[in-house]
Amino acid sequence: MSDAILDTGRNGIMARISDTLWRNPRLTVLLLLAPPALWLGVVYLGSLFALLAQSFFSIDEFSGLIIYEFTLKTYAELFTPANFDIIVRTVMMASAVTIAAAIVSFPIAYYAARYARGKWKAIFYLGVMLPLWSSYLVKVYSWKLILAKEGILNWLFETLHLSWLLDAYLSIPIIGGNSLSVSWTGTFLVFLYVWLPFMILPIQAALERVPRSMLEASGDLGATPGQSFRFVLLPLALPGVIAGSIFTFSLTLGDYIIPQIVGSSRRFIGQAVYAYQGTAGNIPLAAAFAVVPIVIMGVYLWAAKRKGAFDAL
Amino acid sequence: MHSDRASTGLKIAAGLGLAFMHLPILLIFVYAFTTEDKSYQWPPPGLTLKWFAVTWNRPDVWEALTLSAKVASISTVIALVLGTLCAAAVSRTKFFGRETISLLVILPIALPGIVTGISLRSAFNLADIPFSFWTIVLGHATFCIVVVYNNAVARFRRTSGSLVEASMDLGANSFQTFRYVILPNIATALLAGGMLAFALSFDEVIVTTFTAGQQQTLPIWMLEELVRPRQRPVTNVVAMVVVIVTFLPILGAYYLTRGTDTVAGQGK
Repeated sequence: MSDAILDTGRNGIMARISDTLWRNPRLTVLLLLAPPALWLGVVYLGSLFALLAQSFFSIDEFSGLIIYEFTLKTYAELFTPANFDIIVRTVMMASAVTIAAAIVSFPIAYYAARYARGKWKAIFYLGVMLPLWSSYLVKVYSWKLILAKEGILNWLFETLHLSWLLDAYLSIPIIGGNSLSVSWTGTFLVFLYVWLPFMILPIQAALERVPRSMLEASGDLGATPGQSFRFVLLPLALPGVIAGSIFTFSLTLGDYIIPQIVGSSRRFIGQAVYAYQGTAGNIPLAAAFAVVPIVIMGVYLWAAKRKGAFDAL
Repeated sequence: MHSDRASTGLKIAAGLGLAFMHLPILLIFVYAFTTEDKSYQWPPPGLTLKWFAVTWNRPDVWEALTLSAKVASISTVIALVLGTLCAAAVSRTKFFGRETISLLVILPIALPGIVTGISLRSAFNLADIPFSFWTIVLGHATFCIVVVYNNAVARFRRTSGSLVEASMDLGANSFQTFRYVILPNIATALLAGGMLAFALSFDEVIVTTFTAGQQQTLPIWMLEELVRPRQRPVTNVVAMVVVIVTFLPILGAYYLTRGTDTVAGQGK
């Protein structure tokens, strides 16, 4: 190894290129940056612009072909009652999932950040990491198994002689339905399950940064544990919660597979995008629908940035 | 709150939360052995190994698996190269537009997958590009860059610049320094990033449905089975295998970066 280094020395073409790079750090950065910047710039930004462009086109109602002319007609279609309902429904679902995820995540993140040591720390870490990375479709599929009529949940209710409770719950309008697998409760549960790790990790990161001495100081100054939690811990954990909510909110807004597999026939934004670009061939309307989550997330990120949520990522 | 012992309520809540995250996946393992093939009956009427053999002899499963593995391998290689270059540039100097570059790398996974998917679909439509193996790779490599980038940038920050200077002082040129000094330092981070990128690509379905056309990757095959079930036990077996296959790189990435300040896999 050392021979090879000595042999090339300071002469030769490689060495000269090397010297030039060392003398021109700007050139080096430019050369390093060019391939990834080109890829992301062309493939990704280019595609986003294509999306934006398509959303300003429209579709000819008779021939079904795309008219490549600037129009706002497609955006106007978003505000027809049927389409606007889809948007409102999706935002409501995303909000409900986000709030529930924050509540379920907090004890896990809190325990992992404050009490888990050594072996338990690793168990909690992998306990969150494995569900995060295990296959998305498999996770959705497992809930199809759980919520099926002949599945484990109904079996559990029957064994405990609580079927009447489940039936009563399912008869509630909007959140109920014929069975759990075709109700919004089912959709909600699957969303919550699939995005939960995305909420736990940032909350845990935020909590781990809270110094123990701060809680001790709060206690010494006479705060009850409840007050310390409410006025010291919670405000410090809030950026983590907001960071997590960015994921749960954004992912729920854009998902079209979960409501398709577990849920009622009433559509969400993602399903609308998928249906319009597919069989309907209406790419402009699909594009306009896809701009909605971008705008919502833009506003959300702007608000989150003002709360300092990005420091917790 | 003041003691070092967690309250019972907190323990129960945390334990229940962890159970909620793991029981559904474990359920899949039971279903893979069930003798019932028409419904999702619980408890399973009997256990059998028959479905493993049936799955093994299904050419469509093998085709989907091969395509997924190919796409994931090539996307990972592209992501490794681009992500490392980007991390090297961002960590080495402060330059104008640095924040923009970081944002640009993160954007493909920060925006909902359906946005990335429909964007690519729109672009292919406008540019008249037919669906092919490469349209899938194009999408996958784009959102895999960030995983490699995150791992590499954390490691570059910890690698001292004086190491590089020492290497140059001792007569090595930039390429030799990269080969003998920088690469050994960042190797485990790259390996971890690459494993995560592979897992991410192997499992991706939302973007892929927009860029694959008629081709079937393994997740698309599963999606088809979920929407229109043909042979449920085969789906159960495939689901179980997918869980095991994705767990290995995650565990690997964890052990490779354990003990450093940023453990791999915290962002997906």
